[in-house]
Amino acid sequence: MEGMSDGLTWAAWLLIVPLAGALLAGVWPRAGRWIALATSVLVALLALGAAAQVWTQGPQVVSLGGWVPPLGIGLRLDGLAAFMLLVAALVGLFVGGYSLGYIPRDGHGERFWALWLWLWAALNALFLSGDVFNLYVTLELVVLASTALVALSGGAAALLAAMRYLMVGLLGSMAYLMGVALLYTQHGVLDLGLLAQRGGEGTAMMLAATLMSVGLMAKAALFPLHVWLPPAHGSAPAPASALLSALVVKGAFYILLRLWLTVFQDLAHPGVMQLLGGMGMLAVFWGGFMSLSADRLKPLVAYSTVAQVGYLFLAFPFLLAGPGGWHAAVFLVAAHATAKACLFMAAGNLQEANGGDDRLASVAEVMRARPLTSFALGIAGASLVGLPFTVGFVAKWILLQTAITSGAAFWAVGVVAGGLLTGAYVFRLLGPAFRPGPGRSGRPVPVLREGVTLALALVCVLLGFAGSAGLRLIAATPVAGPGG
Amino acid sequence: MAESLHAWPFFGSGVLLFVLGLHALVTRPHLLIKVLAFNVMGSGTFMVLLSAAARGSGEPDPVPQALVITGIVVAVSATAVALALMLRLYPILGGAGLPPGPPED
Amino acid sequence: MNPRPLSLLSGGLSALLALLLVSALWDTPVHEGVSASVAGAMGHTGVAHPVTAVLLDFRAYDTLLEMAVVLLAVLATWSLGRCDTLPARPVQGPVMRGGLRHLIPLAVLTGGYLIWAGGAGSGGAFQGGAVLAASGVMWVLAWPRRPDLPAPLGLRVGVTLGVAVFLAIGVAGLPLGPGFMGYPPGWSYGLILTVETAAACSIALSLVLLFLGGRPWRDAEDG
Repeated sequence: MEGMSDGLTWAAWLLIVPLAGALLAGVWPRAGRWIALATSVLVALLALGAAAQVWTQGPQVVSLGGWVPPLGIGLRLDGLAAFMLLVAALVGLFVGGYSLGYIPRDGHGERFWALWLWLWAALNALFLSGDVFNLYVTLELVVLASTALVALSGGAAALLAAMRYLMVGLLGSMAYLMGVALLYTQHGVLDLGLLAQRGGEGTAMMLAATLMSVGLMAKAALFPLHVWLPPAHGSAPAPASALLSALVVKGAFYILLRLWLTVFQDLAHPGVMQLLGGMGMLAVFWGGFMSLSADRLKPLVAYSTVAQVGYLFLAFPFLLAGPGGWHAAVFLVAAHATAKACLFMAAGNLQEANGGDDRLASVAEVMRARPLTSFALGIAGASLVGLPFTVGFVAKWILLQTAITSGAAFWAVGVVAGGLLTGAYVFRLLGPAFRPGPGRSGRPVPVLREGVTLALALVCVLLGFAGSAGLRLIAATPVAGPGG
Repeated sequence: MAESLHAWPFFGSGVLLFVLGLHALVTRPHLLIKVLAFNVMGSGTFMVLLSAAARGSGEPDPVPQALVITGIVVAVSATAVALALMLRLYPILGGAGLPPGPPED
Repeated sequence: MNPRPLSLLSGGLSALLALLLVSALWDTPVHEGVSASVAGAMGHTGVAHPVTAVLLDFRAYDTLLEMAVVLLAVLATWSLGRCDTLPARPVQGPVMRGGLRHLIPLAVLTGGYLIWAGGAGSGGAFQGGAVLAASGVMWVLAWPRRPDLPAPLGLRVGVTLGVAVFLAIGVAGLPLGPGFMGYPPGWSYGLILTVETAAACSIALSLVLLFLGGRPWRDAEDG
């Protein structure tokens, strides 16, 4: 039995606090908002502490209950995990503040708080897990919490979208679980570190890699497995859409990256990695064109998630580009998560002001009369495109730099072309608001919500200064083999 | 450990259940069949895990057995949510068939 | 895509996947997995049955999250709305009810035995909980009116109890030495039995509530 290091204590509390909050909010739905508020502040502080721990002492891999893998389950708190925990905490904090002004004080909607804390607990567990089967259980928690959040508004479209999402989610989980069964049959261990040491390129490993990758790509909504995403993210309540687009799809991407960095590193042949990158590029263009042709606000923002998830998959070809080639794509997670959460919050404000109608043509009038929200929309849109003075610019810049220095300049062409396409649909979204025309502020929207939306937009700017710190944190990830 | 072939009928049926469930889940529009198909896929996966536990000559490996118990409980919970959602959709769709084609937004 | 080509495509791909899976499994080596480590550690845990030791000690964290999945499923179905009607037509007549009056106590006894038996042989919280839940479902089906369920707060505490007790014991490991999700030496058996009992009660209640498929109270009664 080994002792407990400080690193695991931070990790353990990052699991305990949101779970305890979720339990309390489930028992007392009426007190949900205050429990959620206290929990989100605590979790954000804990995430900072955990990141500081990794920053000063490097990555920590420790066993739960003192049982060392293969017998027990290991948690890994390294740069990659700490970065994702921080992104989740940052987005969670702002979504929480926004929801205070969105979720009604009584009745059905109050269930949002418990479900949100469940989702947060599940994501934290997912980011910290170091065991392939344990990851399966966290994936199911994420699917169930997300399904409930999509269905929360209760309309026909929302229920249907939730059902489709649940079906895709369960199919993806089952493919992943068959991969786990293959890994155990091959190696007899479930710990990511031990599986990485054994590696191997046999048929079982290749099939496990295929099944797990396809399952996770469906959950991450990578083109062409994305069709469930736009209706699901488009029909959920605004704060739920923000969480789903900013964090949930990234959870699946995170596991996929984690697996290819450890268990499947021997299989990371150039052809396979280029294929994943190529699918990502197709997603960038398909999602971009669909955004460009959307005529309603929320579907436009949702299709943009399909496009931006594509960029993340450049991590895979960049794995081969040298040590740390994949860091740029992970940094993009922070840029997209903040920008997308902000866009969905702004869209929620405009939709509510416009009486529930989010057609672009009629939303423009409301945008002219609501400068706070429109300004936030503009900054978040600029960050999505990658215009200067935003975190999106820094992320895309690092991505381009990686593409060029790794001698794979054709990816750079894709990044730039995708950026132009993003610019086109963001302009389509914002353009009408800056043209002269009649303005009306519509129905009242709580000032708190407009304020939080704008504050998150400012975070999209401020995070631009965190580029080198973020990359240094991500670099504190132990990777064996060609990728490290 | 020497391999005897006693585990292979179970491996084979596990694989068969998995792909049968997969095929039905993808092709059948009826939600109840989809949910059942998901469970058939799950049973196939659990069978593969249990076969792996029992293929050696000694006592069966306890870890896959524990994983299967956990997996069953997880699958039951997911099934319950899917069925509850299906019952809510039933009056809206006028049946339990998922409308074909890509979803409209 | 038309149903027929889709069906052919999916069938072909499924058959291919079956072949690949069998050939992949054929290539895997025979190994004893983790059984040697489990056998070596059995002396340090409080229970005698290896599967229970894996579930509630070595991989206790998996089991905590799995109980969390059950609870989250209940909350998810509750968030969909209220259960207005029982999901099945109740059985009329005296035979069913008379039979159940004798069967339900027997099922409760069996469930309790299964929970306790898990320490030494096959059994445990989930098996016991499932038997208890089955008798609960029979009870719900047999009475043709809305069943008299406990107050909403009682139900919410009841379904949460298993996860809450397990989490509390897991957290207690932090100051007591063995760390998160660990049991202090010598305490394993008692704590595992506590966790199993609480888990079985919560799982049984959760499964019955999942069977109802919605919240058995109105929003106004949330309190």
